[in-house]
Amino acid sequence: MATNVFVYIDHFNGQAVSAAWEIVGAARKAAGDLGTGVTAIVIGQGIAGLADEAIQHGADDAQVVEAAALKEFRVEAYASVLSKLLKDAGADVLFLPTTGRTRELAAMVAVDLETGVVPDLVGFEVKDGKVVGTRPIYAGKLMEKVVVATAKPQIFVIRSRVFPKPEAQPGKKGTITKTEGGAGDARTEVLGYKASDVGVSLTDAAVIVSGGRGVSNNPKLVPPAEITDEHQKEVWRAQQGFSLIRELAMVMNAAVGASRAAVDAGYIPYANQVGQTGKVVSPDVYIACGVSGAIQHLAGMRTSKTIVAINKDVEAPIFKIARFGIVGDLFEVVPALTRELKAKMGK
Amino acid sequence: MNIVVCIKQTPDTAATVTVEGGKVSWGDAPLVINPWDEFAVEQALRTREAHGGKVTALSVGPEAAREALKHALAMGCDEAVLVSDPGLSSVDSLVVSKALATALEKIGGVDLAFFGRQAVDSDTGVTPAQVARRLGWPALTLVAAVPALDPAGRTITVDRALDEGRQQVKSPLPAVVSVIKEICEPRYPSFMGIRKASKATIPVWSAADIGMDAIPASALSWPEVYAAPRMETKVEMITGDSADVVAAKLAARLMEEKVL
Repeated sequence: MATNVFVYIDHFNGQAVSAAWEIVGAARKAAGDLGTGVTAIVIGQGIAGLADEAIQHGADDAQVVEAAALKEFRVEAYASVLSKLLKDAGADVLFLPTTGRTRELAAMVAVDLETGVVPDLVGFEVKDGKVVGTRPIYAGKLMEKVVVATAKPQIFVIRSRVFPKPEAQPGKKGTITKTEGGAGDARTEVLGYKASDVGVSLTDAAVIVSGGRGVSNNPKLVPPAEITDEHQKEVWRAQQGFSLIRELAMVMNAAVGASRAAVDAGYIPYANQVGQTGKVVSPDVYIACGVSGAIQHLAGMRTSKTIVAINKDVEAPIFKIARFGIVGDLFEVVPALTRELKAKMGK
Repeated sequence: MNIVVCIKQTPDTAATVTVEGGKVSWGDAPLVINPWDEFAVEQALRTREAHGGKVTALSVGPEAAREALKHALAMGCDEAVLVSDPGLSSVDSLVVSKALATALEKIGGVDLAFFGRQAVDSDTGVTPAQVARRLGWPALTLVAAVPALDPAGRTITVDRALDEGRQQVKSPLPAVVSVIKEICEPRYPSFMGIRKASKATIPVWSAADIGMDAIPASALSWPEVYAAPRMETKVEMITGDSADVVAAKLAARLMEEKVL
């Protein structure tokens, strides 16, 4: 079967990102509606195994471009390889998962092929032979439908955790075509990585436990005598609060999030921020502890499937979008929940 | 250093945004400089303060976008340029990136072009990479810190915030740098700056002025925009005599509904 729907398998050092297979599933759905097949594209070095994995997750076949010069992801080189491949294949549709790499990769390929790129897709339908994407704008206050009307391929970068991850079918086979590639025009040099101390990645997490300004609000905690500055006392209290949140997150294998207020007050690094100016997340469960629920925070987590709010203030806006609410002191409720879940989950 | 900071004018993030007659409306809410771009302006100014040179603020937008450029001038930018053309309204990033790249070429001799990571209205975040691609410059996106900049050696080293951690990258100049809010704290415009900005003349370049005689068509079209559906959630309050009771009830409910 001629395949004109392509899916780019994003990976970090040869390990597929967890959203990669979700996007194969989305591509399968689009290809079904368009009456065509799905080709996975894998670029890098030491990544040939990802082609088999992509086929097992639903791709019909795969194209692999492997070269030593492609070991590090450098967007300029990857874009050149990907653009050439899509052009040669006469691709109609390209799907990518949303990561720090793919947004700019898709952007550059769109320039190379003078076509349209639609980031942050949260849904699509196929209409008159075209993919009609749905995406949030104005931080989720509005939604827009977008079509790549006049050019091809139609490029869509799809949000994590929007589409279900298809079950792998062990032993499923497909044609894998290997071609040579090079570093092309990449002139940057990757000097190194510092691993993040965020723990479980916020965008991939099935469960997120988040803390807000309220995590510092425990007057019973007495900071050590050597801390004299009032703000430092507040930060110290907040850190005790966040350690309770981390313990709960640990039991649930959850990521730790935070509101902008907590980040701006210096309680926790920006990497943990959820919201309009932080990360946009959509976990199965979002537990908001001491988060009031400012519009800018809700913009980043309102699509979570089940929201649990723990807050002292019954009037906090977070209760308006929560499924379960507890009016209480997070310094008591969070540790109690940790104990309870530890017991229930046999940990 | 010849530095350009590319900015966009957007509605204030606190604005109530609605759809009226198929068009986006933000009522009387003020239009402001895109909040992410304030970090880009600040980083551009700090770069000038450390290495000398000048900072030009550049925007593609309607005449009213002058106000956003004035904000950049009031913060301390030396010059501002507005690219404005009826043919450039409601176009996609493919066209905007072309206009910005062409304008950067017209400014000429640019060493660094700073951007905010994305605009808070369209939220696409693809423009910086597209401008870089058009110019053939490296795109250094999601930059959280600039540990080294060597104008004589023509190199810059940046720390990028990726999902997997901090990536340090060394790049030749010229380059496009898009910044995240971790990089710096934007300054407030000074009184003197505001006075200077109010008197500044901001040249307006049409598409023809920057050499874009034929404006290409947008590849994208937007058949529909609508208000995000309100989620109908009814909160179930969980109460009890002690934290332990409440926690046990919540855990039980989460398991009953197979949430966990």
